[in-house]
Amino acid sequence: MSLQFAPILEQWPYLLGGAWLSLQIAVLAFACGLLIGLFCASILRYGPPSMRRLVAAYVTFATNTPQLVQIFFLFFGLPELGLQLSPFAAVLIGATFNAGAYLCEIQRAGFASVSPTELEAAEVLGFSRPQIVRYVIFPHVIRAMFPALSNQFILMTLGTSMASIFGVEELTARTANLGAETYLSVEAFIVAAVMYVVMTLLATSGLAAYGRMVQKRP
Amino acid sequence: MPLLEITDVKASYGSHMVLEHINLHVDKGEVVSLIGPSGSGKSTLLRLIVGLLPLAGGSVRLNGGIVDYASKAAVRALRSDIAIVFQQYNLFQNMTVIDNVTIAPTKIKRRPRTEVEPYALELLARVGLSHRLNSYPSELSGGQQQRVAIARALALRPKILLLDEITAALDPELVSEVLGTIRELSSDGITMLIVSHEMSFVREVSSRVVFMAEGRIVEAGAPRQIFDAPLQARTREFVGKILRH
Amino acid sequence: MTPAGHFFSYYDILLLGRGFLTTLALALIGCLAGCAAGFAAAILRTTHSRTPAPVRAALIAYCMLFRRVPFLVTLMLVFFAIQSMNANLSTFAVALISIFLISTAYLSEIARGGLESVHENQWQAARAMNFTHWQTLRLVVVPQAWRVILPPAFGFFVMFIKDTALASQIGVMELTSAGKVLGNKGLSAALVYGTILLLYFLMSYPLSRFGKRVEGKLAAARNH
Repeated sequence: MSLQFAPILEQWPYLLGGAWLSLQIAVLAFACGLLIGLFCASILRYGPPSMRRLVAAYVTFATNTPQLVQIFFLFFGLPELGLQLSPFAAVLIGATFNAGAYLCEIQRAGFASVSPTELEAAEVLGFSRPQIVRYVIFPHVIRAMFPALSNQFILMTLGTSMASIFGVEELTARTANLGAETYLSVEAFIVAAVMYVVMTLLATSGLAAYGRMVQKRP
Repeated sequence: MPLLEITDVKASYGSHMVLEHINLHVDKGEVVSLIGPSGSGKSTLLRLIVGLLPLAGGSVRLNGGIVDYASKAAVRALRSDIAIVFQQYNLFQNMTVIDNVTIAPTKIKRRPRTEVEPYALELLARVGLSHRLNSYPSELSGGQQQRVAIARALALRPKILLLDEITAALDPELVSEVLGTIRELSSDGITMLIVSHEMSFVREVSSRVVFMAEGRIVEAGAPRQIFDAPLQARTREFVGKILRH
Repeated sequence: MTPAGHFFSYYDILLLGRGFLTTLALALIGCLAGCAAGFAAAILRTTHSRTPAPVRAALIAYCMLFRRVPFLVTLMLVFFAIQSMNANLSTFAVALISIFLISTAYLSEIARGGLESVHENQWQAARAMNFTHWQTLRLVVVPQAWRVILPPAFGFFVMFIKDTALASQIGVMELTSAGKVLGNKGLSAALVYGTILLLYFLMSYPLSRFGKRVEGKLAAARNH
């Protein structure tokens, strides 16, 4: 079986454009998910019982159901209730909904990892509350959460490939198009696979470098 | 003829010489102790004898026959005759005490269980652990684990028992129970090569003491010589320091 | 108002039930096969002296690659590759192969972690007592490693149940594909996909709780 990669590789700008869109979706959903997660984690820690139950239900539900079906519900189900979302909006909202739950769990675990003895020690040394947050809680929590956050971002980058199902022209969709045009689908998807590997490797090393830089601050 | 004869042995970690010009013999029934500062190569020598470290030069003879460490069969035969007990007891965590003691003779040496088990029970009685046959290592104290490790080594019916600082990792209260076991074994005539820091014990139980420093043997002789009237200045320095405590 | 059409008929419920079981079968068979292959790969990888370096390098590359490619892309790749080889495999088989490839990569990492969690001194004690490498693995290392491997391996299986939803895109008649079929029959999409979400939840949540309980018991047993 001979493989012809040339026709696929010729179209690298087209594919790269798709990869860029994939990355954008991942970054947007991650950022929004991070905020939602922070909000939910705070409620789980400091909120009234009724709100805590609601948030816990959200997290349990979102982490035990597939992201694809969540987006299907948003895209096909909501119109019946009067709300028609564009494919891109449906994907973004679905991915954010899903990410928010996982990022809530990660951040909750991060906050919980700060031991009360550390806080006591800081208090006894004369730190004010904001100072404790800045010098004790924040660095510790960031360090504790970093691997999980990094991993989650990778998963989300890979997860953007399901946007192709809804017509969003990200990397997987463009690969499928190219494969159909050239009748070289095997070669096309091999190239796409390599591009995803490179994307995630760059993301991992980038995040690791950023993590090291952040750790050096006094 | 000595049971174990070590001639001009050398060993290295990369380019760093950890043992040089080691000449040592152990006769049947003897208890020979190796003493010396940390890093002098005592444990390295034991590991080398049992084939856990490569030989860079010299020879090791067991019962007159040279040990060919390059041959897997020879090393297996050697390990049937020499048993070692480590500082970190190294009991198999997933097996009970009785299983730990019987596993090597039954599964590796392939002796029938009917032969192995009674002897194992006898050994465990000797080390004082008959009441803990079905306990797991994590349920035992350090001293108990070490005694099981000794029973496990003896179950192989070795010609020589090597003991590598077996009390070094124990809480002080637990050291004496293990030393007591060794004392009994020595009076039973078991041939042993011991590495230890417990100087009064070494003095009491050894037929010969060997002082090592920086990978070489500095002096060897009867306990009285080494501790009371050392011939070498280095030996005098070491003994003087430890006896001053 | 919702153009609900009608509620689930008996046949609709059967369709959903069949999809439910197909999803479970895909995840279970794929992950079990991946567990076996992954475990073998992990053993090969931790056996430095006996496995030639190129084989180990290939295994390391494999595990890295298949964890950094989206499941959908792997599915498409396997689908088109098998098509180009003119093999007559069902879409279920194609999905199963894809799941097998990916779960092998993940579970091999998990197994490797478990094997490496067994302290080096267990290996040394066994070696000093003339255990062969395989005897040590069989009698000492694996009995201790499986407790460390089981919880994350089970967690992976539960997580992967959700990923099987993507198999609907190559035509496998699992639970998510039932959504399209029922939608085409005129049922309300919100109702259908809402129900499917619920069914996934009923599959995943109890298993996940069970896994956590077993993990708790194993951790307690290890710390007597």
